[in-house]
Amino acid sequence: MASDKIQTFTDGNFEETVIKAGAPVLVDFWAEWCGPCRQLAPTVEALATDYDGRLAVGKLNVDDNPGVAARFSIRGIPTLLLFKGGQVVEQVVGLADGAQLKQMIDKHL
Amino acid sequence: MEEIIIIGSGPAGLTAALYAARANLRPLVIEGVDAGGQLMLTTMVENWPGYRDGIMGPALMAELRAQAARFGARIVTGHVKRVNLAVDPYVVESGAQTYQARALVVSTGASARLIGLPSERTLMGHGVSTCATCDGYFFKKKPIVVVGGGDSAMEEALFLTKFASTVTVVHRRDKLRASKIMQDKAMANPKIAFELDSVVEEIKEVGKSEVTAIVLRNTKTGVTKELPVEGVFVAIGHTPNTELFKGQIDMDKNGYIVTSQGSRTSRPGVFACGDVQDPIYRQAVTAAGSGCMAAIDAERYLEGLPTPAAEASSAAEAG
Repeated sequence: MASDKIQTFTDGNFEETVIKAGAPVLVDFWAEWCGPCRQLAPTVEALATDYDGRLAVGKLNVDDNPGVAARFSIRGIPTLLLFKGGQVVEQVVGLADGAQLKQMIDKHL
Repeated sequence: MEEIIIIGSGPAGLTAALYAARANLRPLVIEGVDAGGQLMLTTMVENWPGYRDGIMGPALMAELRAQAARFGARIVTGHVKRVNLAVDPYVVESGAQTYQARALVVSTGASARLIGLPSERTLMGHGVSTCATCDGYFFKKKPIVVVGGGDSAMEEALFLTKFASTVTVVHRRDKLRASKIMQDKAMANPKIAFELDSVVEEIKEVGKSEVTAIVLRNTKTGVTKELPVEGVFVAIGHTPNTELFKGQIDMDKNGYIVTSQGSRTSRPGVFACGDVQDPIYRQAVTAAGSGCMAAIDAERYLEGLPTPAAEASSAAEAG
C-alpha cells in the first residue's frame, strides 16, 4: 500500500513538519464528507510513493484542524498546496490528474 | 488489444462495465479524474430504487464499482487525453498509456457549467464553488449566494442553510425552473431569499483572493447593485464532457452525443450512455439504464450483429 508514505498534518504539527521542513511538502486539505477528496486520494497516495524521499506528502483534515485551513484561506476542498521553504509555491483547487500534478511538482524539486 | 473500453465511471459507465463483464468481455474502464461522476458530489440519494432510506452518493458509487469489479471489469485510474476513431481498432490515449479497442463505450458524463466571468475562475476555491456538499462547511454563519433556478440550485440552497447565515438565490428569469416541491421547500425556508430577473455581472474581490461581494444586474431594469457575500455557489446546469470527441462523433448543438437505435453513435462500434448523451432526464437511474443498453449493444456489435433496437425496427418495417 502506498498510504504508509502519507503523513498526517495537524494544527499541532504543521509548523514543524511543513513550514520548517527542508524539502518541499505537498499538503492535501480534505474532509471525510467530501466526495471529490476521496476521488483525489489515490492520486495523492501515488505521488507519495513516486516522490518518496524527495517530497513529503501528507493530508490535513480540515474538520479536525480548522486553524491551518483558516490560515491559508481554504474555502474549498480538495485543495493541494505545495510548500517550499515555508511558502506556498503552488496551489490546485479541485480534482487534478497525476500527470498534471507531477509537472507542477517537478518545477520545484 | 481490448475488446471494449469504457471511458468514464459514473452510474452509466459502471453499469456498462457490469454488463460487459458479465458477458465475459473483460471491459477496461478508464475512470477519469472525476471518478464516480456527479454522485460523488452529492450526499443522500433518495431516488435510487431499492434503497428505501436513501444511500450516500459516494457509497452508492463504491458499491457499483465493486460490483463491476467482482465480475471482472478492470478499472484503471487515468484521464483520457485523446481518442482516434478514424482507425480500426480505435485508439485511446490516457496519460502515458495508449490502448486499442474494438468497441468503445463513452460515458464521460457532464460537468458543472460556469457563469463565464474571469473573476469566477480566479476565485474558484476562494469563495466560488460548484459543490455545495464539498465547500458549504467553509461558510459557517456567512452570507452566500446560489446562482441558478433549477432543482439542483434549490437543493444546494437548502443544503447550504445548514451553514450559511443567509442564502440568496440569484436567477436570471422571473420564475424559477425548479419543480414545485423544491420551490416550495426553498421558499418556506426563512434563511433563503431570492433575487429574480438578475444576473451576476462581477464577483469581487480578485485582488484580495476572496469573495467580498457580487454585482447583480436586473435584466428588466438594467439597474445594478452590489450584494455583500462571502461565497458564490454556481448551480446553472451542466455541459456534456464531449471535447474529446469533437469532429469524430455527431453531436447536437449543445455538444451532447447523438444516439440512435439504442446507444449507437454516428461511429460504428462506439456507443454512448449517461449524461453525455442525455440532455433531458439526467438521472442516476436513467444513466445506469442507458449503460446497460450500451453494453448490450456493444456486445452485439462485437458479435457482428445489429443492435437489438435496430433489429426490432427493421423487423417492424419488414412486417
